[in-house]
Amino acid sequence: MSSADKAIVFKDVTWQVNGRAIVAGVSLEISTGETIVLLGRSGAGKTTLLRLINRLLVPSAGEVRVRERATTAWDPIRLRREMGYVIQEGGLFPHYTVAENIGLVPALEGWDGPRVKSRVEEMLRLVGLDPAEFAARRPRELSGGQRQRVGVARALAADPAILLMDEPFGALDPVTRAELQREFRALARRLGKTIVFVTHDVREGLLLGTRIALMAAGRLVAVAPAQEFLKIAHPEVQAFAAALNASSGAA
Amino acid sequence: MTPWTFFVEHHGEIISATLEHLAIVAMAMFFAILIGLPLGMALVERRALRGAALGVANILQTVPSLALFGFLIPIPFIGGIGRRTAVVALVLYALLPILRNTYVGLASVDPAVLEAAEAMGMTRQQILWRVRMPLSLGVILAGIRTATVITIGVATIAAAIGAGGLGSFIFRGVAMVSNAVILAGAVPAALLAVAADLALGWAERRLKAA
Repeated sequence: MSSADKAIVFKDVTWQVNGRAIVAGVSLEISTGETIVLLGRSGAGKTTLLRLINRLLVPSAGEVRVRERATTAWDPIRLRREMGYVIQEGGLFPHYTVAENIGLVPALEGWDGPRVKSRVEEMLRLVGLDPAEFAARRPRELSGGQRQRVGVARALAADPAILLMDEPFGALDPVTRAELQREFRALARRLGKTIVFVTHDVREGLLLGTRIALMAAGRLVAVAPAQEFLKIAHPEVQAFAAALNASSGAA
Repeated sequence: MTPWTFFVEHHGEIISATLEHLAIVAMAMFFAILIGLPLGMALVERRALRGAALGVANILQTVPSLALFGFLIPIPFIGGIGRRTAVVALVLYALLPILRNTYVGLASVDPAVLEAAEAMGMTRQQILWRVRMPLSLGVILAGIRTATVITIGVATIAAAIGAGGLGSFIFRGVAMVSNAVILAGAVPAALLAVAADLALGWAERRLKAA
């Protein structure tokens, strides 16, 4: 595989705060078009790894390269506008309508009014919301699942090549969650974006990821294609496998 | 002489004192907002400045108002006898609620929303004007409302240093031992405070509903 196929590359990346390493010596190559899941327990460093990609954080050592260029060499504003970002609860702007939320980045990018409007409608339909019904609503007038759909639509609005998602379905009820996971899986396969998806839910990771990268205590302990992941003998992988079996046994 | 007959006989004088009072309050509020709002914005990004600025504003508000007017009289340029000194003192008083609410409002915006804004590639200025400010306008306005009501009340004391306004009736009434004259200053001042409170409260609710 040529280096041009690498969307994001971590080279021996460490990030520490007050002398404590939250992420330590991580090297990872993420290919264009794959959905890689960053899996791990709370505090394993998954979110930190994600935030190093769009330069919300800067590595203490090593470097993160996005499209062959270190994040520190990018203009941070430019870098972030090349990436969609979805977080738990969506992080939608409560004072903006759904349409204004989705149209924000295209508007910042200088698209004209009619183009933004048609893009907003296209995005709403893409995530299964009727523009006539939802465009003028405020986030507080939406259900949790609808807010999350709008969050995905907003992240995709300026057609970024990379999508960063931080436990986007974490706050949803199990039924809505399963529904959004299924739809998102289909959407991801169809759009062909490079997706970095953070979760602590191994079932979700296996469903959505083409590859799983497991983190423990700030280190990357295992990376494997989703279908081979559970076969890895590493104790942390087996701990997640056991959690998966326990939960499916209970169900 | 009943308060009512005094009101009727002196209504022209009372109206002009009320207008004078309003002018002093409006001037003080104008400068207090002009200073407090940008300073509050600056505090959000500068931790070192925060303790100092809020501390000074806090201390200023604990100084008894009559004493503050007195302290200012000997100070050149801003001091002396008259309206200018009164406005300076009132600005110092109004500063704390505006400063504090501006800072608190801006600082208490949901961190998830701010993170999303930053991650979407909004610049610092865009985040301040399009996200932080609109989301904290209600809290900022509440500070302006508190400051206005305080200023209308404290401005009556400004008559003690010759600034005029409704306080002149109160001081005159105290000297004459006449309740009617005191009330001629106190009642319009109270009505002004209530009216300002209601009007700004209404604006605040409108903002929250939007």
